[in-house]
Amino acid sequence: MNTIIADKLTKRFGDFTAVDNITFEVGKGEIFGFLGANGAGKTTAMRMLCGLLGPTSGKATVAGFDVYKQSEKIKRNIGYMSQKFSLYNDLTVKENIEFYGTVYGLTRLQIKEKTTKLLERLQMISEKNKFVKDLPLGWKQKISFSVAILHEPKIVFLDEPTGGVDPITRRQFWELIYETADEGTTVFVTTHYMDEAEYCNRVSIMVDGRIDALGSPQYLKQKYNATSMDEVFYMLARETATK
Amino acid sequence: MKQLISFTKKEFRHILRDRRTLLIVFAMPVVLVILFGFAITNDIKNAEIAILDNSNDNLSTGIINKLTSSGYFIKVKTLQSNNELQQVFRDGQIKLAVVFPEKFSESYTHNNKAQVQLIADASDLNTATILINYANSIILNYQQDISKSTSNKTLFDTTIKMLYNPEMKSVFMFVPGVLALIMLIVSAMMTAVTLAKEKEMGTFRVLTVSPLKPSTIIIGKVIPYLALSLINACIIIILSMFIFKMPIHGSLFLMFIVCIVFLLTAVSLGIMISSMVDTQQTAIIVSIIGLFLPTILLSGFIFPIDNMPFILQILCQIFPAKWFIEAIKNVMIKGTGIENVWLQILVLNLMTMVFITVSIKKFRQRNA
Repeated sequence: MNTIIADKLTKRFGDFTAVDNITFEVGKGEIFGFLGANGAGKTTAMRMLCGLLGPTSGKATVAGFDVYKQSEKIKRNIGYMSQKFSLYNDLTVKENIEFYGTVYGLTRLQIKEKTTKLLERLQMISEKNKFVKDLPLGWKQKISFSVAILHEPKIVFLDEPTGGVDPITRRQFWELIYETADEGTTVFVTTHYMDEAEYCNRVSIMVDGRIDALGSPQYLKQKYNATSMDEVFYMLARETATK
Repeated sequence: MKQLISFTKKEFRHILRDRRTLLIVFAMPVVLVILFGFAITNDIKNAEIAILDNSNDNLSTGIINKLTSSGYFIKVKTLQSNNELQQVFRDGQIKLAVVFPEKFSESYTHNNKAQVQLIADASDLNTATILINYANSIILNYQQDISKSTSNKTLFDTTIKMLYNPEMKSVFMFVPGVLALIMLIVSAMMTAVTLAKEKEMGTFRVLTVSPLKPSTIIIGKVIPYLALSLINACIIIILSMFIFKMPIHGSLFLMFIVCIVFLLTAVSLGIMISSMVDTQQTAIIVSIIGLFLPTILLSGFIFPIDNMPFILQILCQIFPAKWFIEAIKNVMIKGTGIENVWLQILVLNLMTMVFITVSIKKFRQRNA
């Protein structure tokens, strides 16, 4: 069963069409890359899928719930992490976990268990009572991600999660993403690092609100006769510019 | 409910761990009250005066003694001639000069008329007016005293009674203003800043994607600041009662109600500001320009509204602080009951509703 289904999803702001008739499906446990330049409509599309923004037309279900009518249920079944970490700098690691745990309705016992498990997995038991602001960037991102999937959501949305970190830390972060996907969680990730796009099972590339390309990185590279996703991306962008 | 508690807990942690916030919340009220109570005051105490006594008789020395023993004036200079007057004023040595003509006592007893000249430095108009009034009333009093003891000449008998504030202490006027200011800073500005901070840090987005209801977020944000504001209000009132001996004539309960009503207005103002800005900086600037300046200038806090041009008087009506100051003065200083403050309470509540409606609209617009 597919966890995200978008069918001719469209969003207009006045005369401006931010998202133009996009259609795609994302399967359970899949890592789906959502690519596009700034202003291509990625964020708007993602906000519709998170239940924050009502679409103008088209259909979409997320985790089996309708984006028009069941946005509250969607919110319970998704996790979200953004470029800006989502953690409170002046709270300790433990306090952050506790806070988000209660926000997602976990019981105190569940939170306690999950906190231990999470910290063990990240090998950060000793950092539990440290303030988030004192941790290195890479660690913050890992905790941030772990907190986003604390309530075991069906889908986790990652909005440019690795902005500002070096390639090695990025690579480590992706290992965490793979583990999560292996456990059956769908990962929906926006990025503009093209090397990251290669890590995805499938990617879509948005240009001017439309999805111009969709498929596995392998397939797209073949189709556009390119050696890297970077090239694919530029070819698509140039195509639109010359139109 | 659990979510709300957890949210409020988090909010308290933010406050308690930020030294800047703590300073604003706890040090500022104390500093402001003491500043306004001691330093910035309209009260006249020990004003320097000069005397030019051309007659040197019983009556003139009597008046001089009366003036200098009143506590309001100190004689710093005894002048010999009119020529010196200009000089002492120009040097700024004195604020007021009292001049007695020749044969002062004689003309009083024989012509039943005597003139004392009061010369004040009107480059500082407020002080000059107050000094003249004080001196005038002291001299009148003295005149009454002697006319009673010598004969029964009928004189105009003006008695002045300063209602509600017999000692004319200006701290009584400032306390309500300081209360308004502090509550606006803590409730309105801090609420605006903390919400703007979440937007700036990106955590606000995470909260909106979470199952938390917007109302939970707002209420959780606001509770700590409401609590702190109330504590502050108590600190200010206690300080003014014990340090400045300010009497409280009305019911404490009604005062409490008035404070709560105003706090809700302040908090909703803060929420409205935060719904329109994205960064802490803008939130602070908007708060200062939109809240504090009008509160200080256009609320009757320092400048009486009745003396303002008509247009400004109209403008004053839209600032919540004006209504709060009116209400709290009525209760605290005049001791009136609900019958004299219901209008203010009503207006403040209406304002709260308007602010909340606007913020809900703004939030929707931004998230839609």
